[in-house]
Amino acid sequence: MTDSPAVWASHLRKRYKKRVAVDGVSFTVGRGEVLGLLGPNGAGKTSVIKMMLGLVRPDAGEVMLLGRPNTDPRSRERVGYLPELFRYQPWLSADEVLALHVRLAGVKISGSDRRESLGLVGLADRAKDRVGGFSKGMQQRLGLAVALVARPELVVLDEPTSALDPLGRADVRDLLLSLKERDVAVLLNSHLIGEVERVCDRVVILDRGRVAAAGTLPELLGRRELRLVLTNVTAEAAALLEPFAREGDHYTVTLPDDVPALIADLVKLGVRVHAVEPARVSLEERLLDILRTQPEEL
Amino acid sequence: MTTVVTVAALTLQEASRRRVLRSLAVLTAVLLALSAWGFSEIDSDYGGLTSGEARMAGSTVLNLVMFGFSLIAALGTAFLAGPTLSGEVESGIALAMMTRPVRRAEVLVGKWLGLVGFGAGFVTVAGVAEFLIVHLTVGYWPPHPVTGLMLLAAQTAALMTLSLLFSTVISPMASGIMAVGLFGATWIAGVVGSVGEALDNPSVALVGTVSRMLLPTDGLWRGAMNSFQDPALLAQIGSGIEESPFLSMNPLTGAYLLWAAVWTALVLGLAALSFQRRDL
Repeated sequence: MTDSPAVWASHLRKRYKKRVAVDGVSFTVGRGEVLGLLGPNGAGKTSVIKMMLGLVRPDAGEVMLLGRPNTDPRSRERVGYLPELFRYQPWLSADEVLALHVRLAGVKISGSDRRESLGLVGLADRAKDRVGGFSKGMQQRLGLAVALVARPELVVLDEPTSALDPLGRADVRDLLLSLKERDVAVLLNSHLIGEVERVCDRVVILDRGRVAAAGTLPELLGRRELRLVLTNVTAEAAALLEPFAREGDHYTVTLPDDVPALIADLVKLGVRVHAVEPARVSLEERLLDILRTQPEEL
Repeated sequence: MTTVVTVAALTLQEASRRRVLRSLAVLTAVLLALSAWGFSEIDSDYGGLTSGEARMAGSTVLNLVMFGFSLIAALGTAFLAGPTLSGEVESGIALAMMTRPVRRAEVLVGKWLGLVGFGAGFVTVAGVAEFLIVHLTVGYWPPHPVTGLMLLAAQTAALMTLSLLFSTVISPMASGIMAVGLFGATWIAGVVGSVGEALDNPSVALVGTVSRMLLPTDGLWRGAMNSFQDPALLAQIGSGIEESPFLSMNPLTGAYLLWAAVWTALVLGLAALSFQRRDL
């Protein structure tokens, strides 16, 4: 069964009263792959995740989790989930919450492994404290431990850093990278594009309930660019740079295969070179670009 | 099955750790103390009562106090059942739990089992304490204490199941209020029905019968009362007693008990179905 993808979602559709929240969304997450789910508020990201995990009934479409249809509860045996709305039984201690989830998952996890999970999210010394006294950030950390405690093969994180301070965010990033190393598939929904850009193998961009774009980061971000600051640019030199975009002395060209050769040629033609720097369209720019060029609909 | 047991244990743990248990304990203690005082007054003020009269007073007041307990149990479990399901859905606690490899029906039945255990435990502890008080003060011991307590527990279970069904569709507070409101309404309908019986007015009596079919809490309560009363006393007093809401002439029929069980199973099934279809 390990050759089946971690998630296979096909033509998911969901309507809430008159509003179509999700409209024909399909995607896959390969084993050990980290997929970022991006999009503006109300794009349908959380609805897609909830349909995937069987929390919300889709009006149409199918989902397979780790090789089993998601209508079968066993498909979730190896799935860990941190919801966007994270709350855990306030009358239980952190360790008791983990123990409960381990029992529900039907796996054998020792007490020391549970404590290790709590240690991983920085709650080792709060294991015996009631969750009711936890801050938002601590509850989110506990949520991460809950998602990771039952040795998942797929982890679904819905805005995992929404309540965390910068230090906590860095912790989550390290955690994601360690999951990637252990070949755990991750579906990450986050507003923090930098986070997504750093850890994700692939990105799916949702807008108004549809997939606006999808692909690996190089596919989405396209070719890299070179930015130059030049003066004394003759017509002959300009021909060398073609095609380029110009703003005053700033020239932007697609990254040539041999940068030193280009610079040497420019210098030979009497061009004065003040600065040369490689540049790349950031995921943020690309995302805004994609969302702005989407045709407006009702 | 593990899920059912796990969730049932969790529900009991929740009940024991939340303030509900403490408030229940305080209410129960107050009621027990008041009844102990009342019974000792009966004994001292009417020292010259015949044994029959003492029994009559004892069994009537016992039913009154037991009605108080059934009310506490009903209110307590109805208000526990609401938050435990729809509250968890609203707050988001259900999200992480329901994405474990569990069926929603298993979680629901686990909750139900935990709450039934809690209600039955409360009724047993409070009921036995009250029996002891009555026994020590006026020397009365009900004829069928176990049957009576089981019927009280069944009454609590029936109301709690209804509250659970409501909580799969409406907010936690509203589901508790609805369940308790219906509980009160059927009790009053039951009283109206017994007045109709006493006056030989079949159409008024029908009100009680129909309401006892729609929501079996009142019927089960009447069965419980019957088990707590001295049968000789009922025979002595004879007819005309039916209009009293705290005395019951006849024990429950097997058919009615079966109906109460079927009713509870049906409502629980509906709750499971409704919970299964709900978007979390």
